[in-house]
Amino acid sequence: MAVEQPLAPSGEQTRIHNIGYRNYDGPRLGRAYARRSLYSQSLRGAYGLGRSVKSKVLPMLLFVVMCVPAAIMVAVAVATKAKELPVDYTRYAIFLQAVIGLYVASQAPQAVSRDLRFKTVPLYFSRPIETVDYVRAKYAALASALFILTAAPLLVLYIGALLAKLDFTDQTKGFAQGLVSVALLSLLFAGIGLVISAVTPRRGFGIAAVIAVLTISYGAVSTIQAIAFDQNSPDAVPWIGLFSPITLIDGLQTAFLGASSSFPGGVDVSSAQGVVYVIVVLGIIAGCYGLLTRRYRKVGL
Amino acid sequence: MTLVVVLATTVDDVTVIATESLSKRFPRVTALDRLSVDIGPGVTGLVGANGAGKSTLIKILLGLSPATEGRADVLGLDVATKGGAIRERVGYMPEHDCLPPDVSATEFVVHMARMSGLPPTAARERTADTLRHVGLYEERYRPMGGYSTGMKQRVKLAQALVHDPQLVFLDEPTNGLDPVGRDEMLGLIRRIHTDFGISVLVTSHLLGELERTCDHVVVIDGGKLLRSSSTRDFTQTTTTLAIEVTDSDEHPDGTRAVREALRARGVDTNDSSGLPGAGHILLLTADGEQTYDLVRDVVADLGLGLVRMEQRRHHIAEVFRDDRTTDAQDARKEAVGHGG
Repeated sequence: MAVEQPLAPSGEQTRIHNIGYRNYDGPRLGRAYARRSLYSQSLRGAYGLGRSVKSKVLPMLLFVVMCVPAAIMVAVAVATKAKELPVDYTRYAIFLQAVIGLYVASQAPQAVSRDLRFKTVPLYFSRPIETVDYVRAKYAALASALFILTAAPLLVLYIGALLAKLDFTDQTKGFAQGLVSVALLSLLFAGIGLVISAVTPRRGFGIAAVIAVLTISYGAVSTIQAIAFDQNSPDAVPWIGLFSPITLIDGLQTAFLGASSSFPGGVDVSSAQGVVYVIVVLGIIAGCYGLLTRRYRKVGL
Repeated sequence: MTLVVVLATTVDDVTVIATESLSKRFPRVTALDRLSVDIGPGVTGLVGANGAGKSTLIKILLGLSPATEGRADVLGLDVATKGGAIRERVGYMPEHDCLPPDVSATEFVVHMARMSGLPPTAARERTADTLRHVGLYEERYRPMGGYSTGMKQRVKLAQALVHDPQLVFLDEPTNGLDPVGRDEMLGLIRRIHTDFGISVLVTSHLLGELERTCDHVVVIDGGKLLRSSSTRDFTQTTTTLAIEVTDSDEHPDGTRAVREALRARGVDTNDSSGLPGAGHILLLTADGEQTYDLVRDVVADLGLGLVRMEQRRHHIAEVFRDDRTTDAQDARKEAVGHGG
């Protein structure tokens, strides 16, 4: 190509000379490391880190919106020397479900639709990873991002409760139950969000579809529950709750995690019904994982 | 022990890619049909029209798509069982756009380096090196959405090279580039082998541009191997000259006059049917300097103006013609020539 002319000052600007190609003989860490790298990149991406300033705005804002009410409650509890926190750990996520829904709707398409739209997926599969690695990394990343979003305010509440010198055992137990609940919620929401977003390379469609699925299912379920309750058949209420993600979590934690449900009339969920809830939740999580794996087997190069 | 090592190296030296009656059938099409080819180190061109099976072959060689029949080895590893190990040592530059617009080239290439298994520090160092080698400097910190096609192609090449593979697959790397960008890219591809010591398999539907870059060219069509030979063989047989002349009062059809005069001197010409400017451009095979002189003399003797005399970039179609040249076909061409 270019012939080197070291003593040619003929108007050519100073430039860095090619110091030659260096071969790489260091370690190659293989498939598991590649999967971890994809996980951490996706997790950071879910909060806009490593991306443009614009893409940091929404996730960070939602994170703040999740934490502020917790901080206010804590402040009130400390100031008024309350005997207990104004809200249960397990109820917090249910109260702020709209914020969580918005986060899933905005970040699930970000996690998968972008790769499909800009055709980055084939590049990943030209590396040591396989389709299952891609799916696992993305699923784990979004679930972790959601867990951070939902567990952070609980942590604020817990620290606040300890500062307010509330009963340690009580608070720790409640906090632990809350963590289990939001962990399941994170897995469930991440799965549903990813499956919907992985269908379309268009981010907008993904966002709209996720919001639609979450709000319509919740709206329909709570309306039917209210009707069932008014028609004097409260027994049907828990069964109806199986049909929307947030009522699933609500019912599950009512049965097993000492929560009081937000169902109409505060209808209780029996242990037997609770088992069904657990099966359905785990079934949906596994189903989402299976669907994603199937979807990406087709994408390939 | 030593012997085995020596043997292994020799085998590596001889073939980088080997396929044995490799077939890939889809429900409606046969993408590859019993393809057997050995490819050595160096720059190898894989030429074929769109849909000839180039991309399918690359997919199989990366271990991403199982072959229906036959087998293939890449760097001595079986594609059916060692896909992961192959992909660790092989780079791939896709034909299509694959760059997210909102990240910078540096960030993107670092990420892809880590996806190939490079530890974080090494990934960063090699990204800086590789981007410089492909000719991307200050722009590398800007989001890639604002890049020109040439810059995007360079990033795509960089991500294929960042983990210092032993072999890279480049799928149509000159697509969409202007002539200058095309030449730069071809020069870069040449350097990948000469300076970096990495073997290259580069696909194109233009034989002409590969001729200058590759040591070896493999031509496939309809999934079948049409030809596999060193570039020198190709150049010797396919240097084609295109000439165009003006008409004059004496020779109202200048093209025809030249054709007849050339035939009288024992040089056959083809009309350029199917190519742009058909009917006005004559194609003939050049046998070195004397052919140029002959054309000049013939045109001057007839008193015509020579509008154009250039070396033709060979299109894939010419290889087919060349390869299948039979007496019958020659005879048919003659007939067409007389008729015209």
